[in-house]
Amino acid sequence: MLANDGVDLALMPGEIHALLGENGAGKSTLMNVLTGLYQPDAGSIAIDGQVRRIDGPAAAARAGIGMVHQHFRLVPAQTVAENVHLGWSETPWRASARVLEARTASLAARFGLAVAPAARVADLSAGEQQRVEILRVLARGARILILDEPTAVLAPAEVATLFAALRGFRGRGNAVVLISHKLGEVLEIADRITVMRAGRSVATCAAAGASRSSLARLIVGDTAPPPPAKPGAGAPDDAPVLLELRDVGARDRRGITLLDGVSLRVRAGEILGIAGVAGNGQRALSEVLTGCLRPDRGQVLLEGTVVARPDPRTFAEAGIGHIPEDRLRTALAPDLSVAENAVLREYARPPIARGFGLDPRAAGAVARRIVEAAGLDVRDPRVPVRNLSGGNQQRLVAARERRIASRVLVAAYPTRGLDVGAVATLHAAMHRLAAEGCGVVLISEELDELLEHADRIAVLFAGRIAGLLPAAGADPERLGLLMSGQ
Amino acid sequence: MSMLSSLLGNAVLSGAVLALAGQGELLAERVGVLNLGVEGLLALGGVTAIATVAAGHDPLLGLLAAVGVGAAVGCLFAAATVLARASQVLCGIALTTGGLGLAATLGRPYAGQPAAATFQPIDIPLLDRLPVLGPALFHQSAPVYVAFLVLPLALQLLLFHTRHGLVLRAIGENPAACDAAGIPVVALRFAYVALGAAIAAAAGADLTLAFVPSWSDGVTAGRGWIAVALVIFAGYRPWRIAVGAFLFGLVNALGYLAQARDWGVAPAFLSMLPYLATILFMVLPALSARSRPATTAPAALGLPYYRDQR
Repeated sequence: MLANDGVDLALMPGEIHALLGENGAGKSTLMNVLTGLYQPDAGSIAIDGQVRRIDGPAAAARAGIGMVHQHFRLVPAQTVAENVHLGWSETPWRASARVLEARTASLAARFGLAVAPAARVADLSAGEQQRVEILRVLARGARILILDEPTAVLAPAEVATLFAALRGFRGRGNAVVLISHKLGEVLEIADRITVMRAGRSVATCAAAGASRSSLARLIVGDTAPPPPAKPGAGAPDDAPVLLELRDVGARDRRGITLLDGVSLRVRAGEILGIAGVAGNGQRALSEVLTGCLRPDRGQVLLEGTVVARPDPRTFAEAGIGHIPEDRLRTALAPDLSVAENAVLREYARPPIARGFGLDPRAAGAVARRIVEAAGLDVRDPRVPVRNLSGGNQQRLVAARERRIASRVLVAAYPTRGLDVGAVATLHAAMHRLAAEGCGVVLISEELDELLEHADRIAVLFAGRIAGLLPAAGADPERLGLLMSGQ
Repeated sequence: MSMLSSLLGNAVLSGAVLALAGQGELLAERVGVLNLGVEGLLALGGVTAIATVAAGHDPLLGLLAAVGVGAAVGCLFAAATVLARASQVLCGIALTTGGLGLAATLGRPYAGQPAAATFQPIDIPLLDRLPVLGPALFHQSAPVYVAFLVLPLALQLLLFHTRHGLVLRAIGENPAACDAAGIPVVALRFAYVALGAAIAAAAGADLTLAFVPSWSDGVTAGRGWIAVALVIFAGYRPWRIAVGAFLFGLVNALGYLAQARDWGVAPAFLSMLPYLATILFMVLPALSARSRPATTAPAALGLPYYRDQR
């Protein structure tokens, strides 16, 4: 398959160069060529004017190219120190835990990246894991740092820390390639921007002269941009309540409080936004709303009826769709095919189910419709879903859940990893659902997204609803204060 | 020799086979390859050693021949599981059944006869004069010292105190991350699977040249399977494998002692003890609270590595 077709990219010392493009535009393939995982069929790579052959990750490291992947390449069971020193020629021959931790501490100090050398990577947050990845790359003397959607998994405060580190790196005369879908972010930090479309580089421009709309046009190309989402009128106060939480509390297995006295009403025809810094109970909230988590205390009501023993199946059959935050682990079976994953929510009802049997032809037809609705260009629906890019996985989950969401759609960070076009499509679909009389719960960290699309915004802090206000005329600053618990 | 001393001595002697086989299996599993062929490797190593000493009358030669055969068979197993990425479970079972059958056929001329040469006990100066412990622990053959001291110490240092060991452990946890870091995943997996098989075959030589010491069909008696269980029980740590092997040896030795002293327990029950102990050792840790993360299996254990997979 042709993923890259005559791409030109020039990288200057002391610049942050953003790479934009839709899902599947060839950005990741290009970076895999730069880091030696793939070999180009044509063309060359020159560093400091000299043509270099990069025939593997080790050669890329020698050439000063370091990559931080979207899915971190860390060993979760091992410590930070062990991960930093893995596969590094400068790791001392005698590498006991003590030696490695001391070296890691001094490296962390030198590059200004705060990490805990003795901590197990599995216990770290996404932002901390990313710092370990960056430290690992910088320790190997990288002068070109490539980051693939580095902010997709980060909380806003962590993004600021990351950008500070990147500016410091640029300040020392190095170059950064930043792959991203977030135009605002790109305009904030990048010096120059290259846009890719269908495997080609279509334009390179200075960030200073660019705007969101000019970039969006370049990314989407000649195809008409999706119609801007039309915010609905919202729900009147007397609209029926579809889903309600009354004083819900939940703890995890270790007894740590996840939710604490949460009361919420999702009305027909509204988009209810949930704001808050990640890790303040969003996951538990979305799980309680969809029956995946039984609260320890309080009640869950479906159209005014208390659900005695909530379970995911009851909720799915009642028409509650769920786009969970961790799509690969919670929403998809990675080794099953695209088609099988597509029908995962509907296999147990007609036309796919026939008594105890399963009608493969009906399943195939439903799968094709879902794949089409997701706008996926999947030639063979039998490929394992893990082979799709993160953005395409997200599109598939969103399309599948939209189909079953006849009452409420609960969407946690649904735009993560999506390109501009797909984000607009998804938001439009949410408004359509709301216009049809469904309730939509939109969990997001991006205030802009919530202010633009939600009718009401609830702020989640430390497992409690810190505030609930209408989105129209809401003050971002006040929301920010609520999010930080003030 | 006192009763206690002979009990401990027998425990160490019979535990050494498990300790050696377990350390070999540990190497393969640490790089992410489950080798269920230990039983077959024990049999092949044992019969190779017997046949070699019948011709050459030197136990060391017998051991080296067993190591050579084990390495060669290990290369075959690694070619199938690491290079061709065949199912590790199926290949392991094939190695066990094939190894047992081949060893039975090759060993027919030697069956039932005492080994032509055996490993003789070596006294450790001073330590062998300790009361009870001296004759039990420090009047043993060379393979026993290797099984309980040299190999655990060497593997502990290698795995947890060297750069190379860090790489090996990481390959068993996340081969994709290692590949991205420029580590030759396939070559290292291949090498350590072969090395592990060689050590397992050496355990077979220890069985027929020091412990029993003779060859008969079925002499391995499921020790290879116990070794596989032992690695899990020991949480993939070299020292704990040595300790676990001693515990199993102790159960074994208790059976012998009861038989020799005629404690009035049915002999069938006594010979059952090691296998009962295996089941107990496997079930008890699983029942007790939660297993600590440090003792869980390597994350990539049993999974063939494909570069193209995300």
